[in-house]
Amino acid sequence: MIISVASGKGGTGKTLVATSLALSLRGRTRVQLLDCDVEEPNDHILMKPKFTGSEPVLIPVPKVDESRCTYCGKCAQVCAYHAIAVLGEHVLTFHQLCHGCGACSYLCPEKAIAEEPGEIGVVEWGHAKGVQFVQGRLNVGEPMATPVIRKVKERAACDSIVIIDVSPGTSCPVVESIKGSDFCLLVTEPTPFGLNDLLLAVETARELGVPCGVVINRAGVGDEKVEEYCRKEGIPVLLTIPLDTEIARLYSRGIALVEGMPQWKESFLRLFDGIREIVVEGTRSLKR
Amino acid sequence: MKELVVLSGKGGTGKTSIVGSFAALAGSKVLVDCDVDAADLHLLLQPTIREEHEFWSGQKASIDKKLCTRCEICETVCHFEAIRDLKVNPLSCEGCGFCSRVCPEHCITMRETMAGRWFVSETRYGPLVHARLGIAQENSGKLVATVRQQAKQIAEQQGAAYIISDGPPGIGCPVISSLSGASLALLVTEPTLSGMHDLERALGVCHHFSVPALVCINKFDINTDNTRKIESYCLSQGVQVGARIPFDNMVTEAMVRGLPVVEYARDGVSRQIEALWWRVSELLTE
Repeated sequence: MIISVASGKGGTGKTLVATSLALSLRGRTRVQLLDCDVEEPNDHILMKPKFTGSEPVLIPVPKVDESRCTYCGKCAQVCAYHAIAVLGEHVLTFHQLCHGCGACSYLCPEKAIAEEPGEIGVVEWGHAKGVQFVQGRLNVGEPMATPVIRKVKERAACDSIVIIDVSPGTSCPVVESIKGSDFCLLVTEPTPFGLNDLLLAVETARELGVPCGVVINRAGVGDEKVEEYCRKEGIPVLLTIPLDTEIARLYSRGIALVEGMPQWKESFLRLFDGIREIVVEGTRSLKR
Repeated sequence: MKELVVLSGKGGTGKTSIVGSFAALAGSKVLVDCDVDAADLHLLLQPTIREEHEFWSGQKASIDKKLCTRCEICETVCHFEAIRDLKVNPLSCEGCGFCSRVCPEHCITMRETMAGRWFVSETRYGPLVHARLGIAQENSGKLVATVRQQAKQIAEQQGAAYIISDGPPGIGCPVISSLSGASLALLVTEPTLSGMHDLERALGVCHHFSVPALVCINKFDINTDNTRKIESYCLSQGVQVGARIPFDNMVTEAMVRGLPVVEYARDGVSRQIEALWWRVSELLTE
């Protein structure tokens, strides 16, 4: 089963929830945590993993052999991303615009363009406190997070409960991370910003056909509108975490909630049972 | 005209609350929300929409089944595994058009998709350019470039002194698109290990694109040891810390009322944000 932890708004507690859920499940089942927030991966701070392997993330970028090039301009014409330009007798490539589609290389009439791997990030894996751990890191200055996310997800273990920590927002990196999940847990806070971005996150999960439930973090800080919305839309609120300076302090020091306050483990196990019930029920109704 | 972009790396550190307050404090300016996939600034500024535009972008392949001879060349060439059983998965299609160029039957067309909307609005603080990226759509970087371009035009027409831009979290495509060519980046961080880790990466992006940076430590009293570490890190990087803002529930209360915090409360947090704005405006005029 794959559970993704997303939010829309940043800083609502995705990392807190993903790490504590993983740590609560260890010993009970095989569990794997994938940090797909490759722009700002933070799970490692709380999990303190021992990495046993790593692999660069490469995308094929064009390498032009100018001795064969006739400067016909076909490559520039076929590139949808303006990543290659021909100016007089010069070919310029812009690796950070390149999506690695391979069209320029394949369609070059002189076969003067080779696809050469260019590194945009790295995937690292290992274990942490009894949890299998994988994370991706996008290189600073690189714009495209999705190929790194894809590489992280390739390492998902089918015999485990897989928990995916997703980046904030609703665009391509979020879609790439959530798609294929059995359940999407949306972490929010009871404030106008939290609610606005929760609405967008719910729409994203629905667009992807992934059932979702909500965790309300910092309960008591703002207003009641998130709860009202969930009730009206029939979205289950599976866990509520109060605004508590002790919880904030633990997080600031890089200590996972269930490690600093072990009494929370029960709540996270109930959260998991709630998710499993919804997923099993969903599969049953599909079979019917 | 100077452009300030407020970024953070880590989400939820207080970018939008600070930009909302800057809106109330700054003189002539144009505001722009570059967090196009989870925009929140409008919740503080209560805009009246004057113009609404469609954002067409990002092509998707579409196969005409009637002409298709099932040669499967499209499936073979696609680097994104977006075509399977001669069906295009729009969520995987990156719109490169490779398949449509190599299809021997010319039965694949590339269709533009409406990927969102952007708006020019009036607020009591001045014009706001903002957008809404369609759900699960791509090209947030291009939409960011569109709203920034529009804000620049309005600022030039009105002779505004500043463009103040609320940036997205992260360090990827929309962040780069918000940052490149700006006059100054204000990086809002918090004294958590995550906040510190993300600040380093965000600062790395500013260096990479040669945009000068100023740091603000929000909720500094949650962990004063970490605050000191951030300060010495910034010192070592030659980056100034413009303000230390204490944790205060006033910020959320103001948000619930739909007000910038400097208009809701006079002391504490608001004083610090005012001082931060003066620091920012000094740096912008230098």
